[in-house]
Amino acid sequence: MPPRWVSGRDIKLLGFWVSPFVYRVIWALKLKGIDYEYIEEDIFNKSPLLLQLNPIHKKVPVLIHGDRVICESYVIVQYIDETWPHCPLLPQHPYERAMARFWAYFAETKLLIIIAIALCARGEVQERAVKQAMEAVEKIEGVVKGEKLFGGESIGYLDICLGWISYWLPGWEEVGGMQIIDPIKFPATSSWMNTFLHHPVIGDNLPARDAMIEYFQKRSKDISESDWFEGIIRLHLQP
Amino acid sequence: MAGSEVKVLGTWASPFALRVHIALGIKSVKYEWVEENLEAKSQLLLESNPINKQVPVLIHHHKPICESLAILQYIDEAWPSAPSILPSDPYHRAVARFWAAYIDHKWFTWLKGVASAEGAEAKKAALDQVREGLVVVEEAFGKCSKGKDFFSGDRIGYLDIVLGCFLGWLYVAEKRNDVKLLDEEKMPGLAAWAIKFCLDGAVKNVMPDKDELLDYANMVFQAMAMAKAKLNAPPNY
Repeated sequence: MPPRWVSGRDIKLLGFWVSPFVYRVIWALKLKGIDYEYIEEDIFNKSPLLLQLNPIHKKVPVLIHGDRVICESYVIVQYIDETWPHCPLLPQHPYERAMARFWAYFAETKLLIIIAIALCARGEVQERAVKQAMEAVEKIEGVVKGEKLFGGESIGYLDICLGWISYWLPGWEEVGGMQIIDPIKFPATSSWMNTFLHHPVIGDNLPARDAMIEYFQKRSKDISESDWFEGIIRLHLQP
Repeated sequence: MAGSEVKVLGTWASPFALRVHIALGIKSVKYEWVEENLEAKSQLLLESNPINKQVPVLIHHHKPICESLAILQYIDEAWPSAPSILPSDPYHRAVARFWAAYIDHKWFTWLKGVASAEGAEAKKAALDQVREGLVVVEEAFGKCSKGKDFFSGDRIGYLDIVLGCFLGWLYVAEKRNDVKLLDEEKMPGLAAWAIKFCLDGAVKNVMPDKDELLDYANMVFQAMAMAKAKLNAPPNY
């Protein structure tokens, strides 16, 4: 039985109900059978606790482990993997670990941000973003080909980091009126999405779909009308 | 791992490639440095990093590893004997990874923003942002170093390498804009750290000369300005 207490330290997770970044941490904790207390944060009315624990970014997730505070979802997942090494998430071999880190970084910087733009934009900007996103998915398709999961037979670090593709992305496609994961163009990615979602730990730990769709319908509209959205497009979208 | 062929594809001016130089130096690993021309990328680079086509790339046992932070962690794991690059404790590793992400995704983005800022007001705002970022990192330095010389303690490590590789380009920004960014009064810890970092055995022989970097930067920005002027010039009938 994996230990709940490590030197008697209590584990808390500060999160937001629909955040895919928070779910990375939930999945990592659940896969390792680690008990924790979940604290819901209203990110539109940030608590003094959040501002105190993450003064730099003021974002969730934040993991509190005794007197230790860890921020940034992929930093937290690696911290969990290194503190509770049973059921390892990162591969054992240094080269495989480097590949997992490389592709997690690629998906975060070349895919996720582009899809966020596609979700909130319309017309020509959305078309460009969808095209750029599909080019990135093509590269990920090459990585998962022939494998059940990025982690092989079991869920690993890269599956967790890319997990948003399996559930949030189809939701965003619906909200944005777009298609990025065409199962004919991307059969390996589609198959991975299905395998990942059917894992009991994942399937049992997802936000409610209707509530998620409703949230992103409003959120994407608010973002598209914000004064900083243009800046994001200029920084990340290719001409 | 001893005696395996190790190659690094990089450019002398790239701060990210410098990270790999330093990390391999810490581990006393022998390697072949391949100076890339980014205007005419080699077949080896295009094959080793078909995704981004960027430097640095570390090639070990004929396998390429890309992204400087992934490379640093790979070097630490592939050559596990001391001295180590990342801390051994998972919490200190998490702290190091957190600040590395802040430096790369926030602070360095602001430093690049200085070059692209147009007009005196925008330039000043960009420079102020870089300085404010350094004040934040100064506080992190105090907590991480616990009174010792480096972020990692007595010897340079992950976070020292991550920030230290930008010192040359920080100097370039200071000289080109005639300002002080790494201010001894506002950031005494970092100012002292910067001097010691540049003198470290794994750094001093591989760090590019800062005035050579300044000449190079001036040349690059001049070329960019001329190209822009040409683009904006009225047609010559």
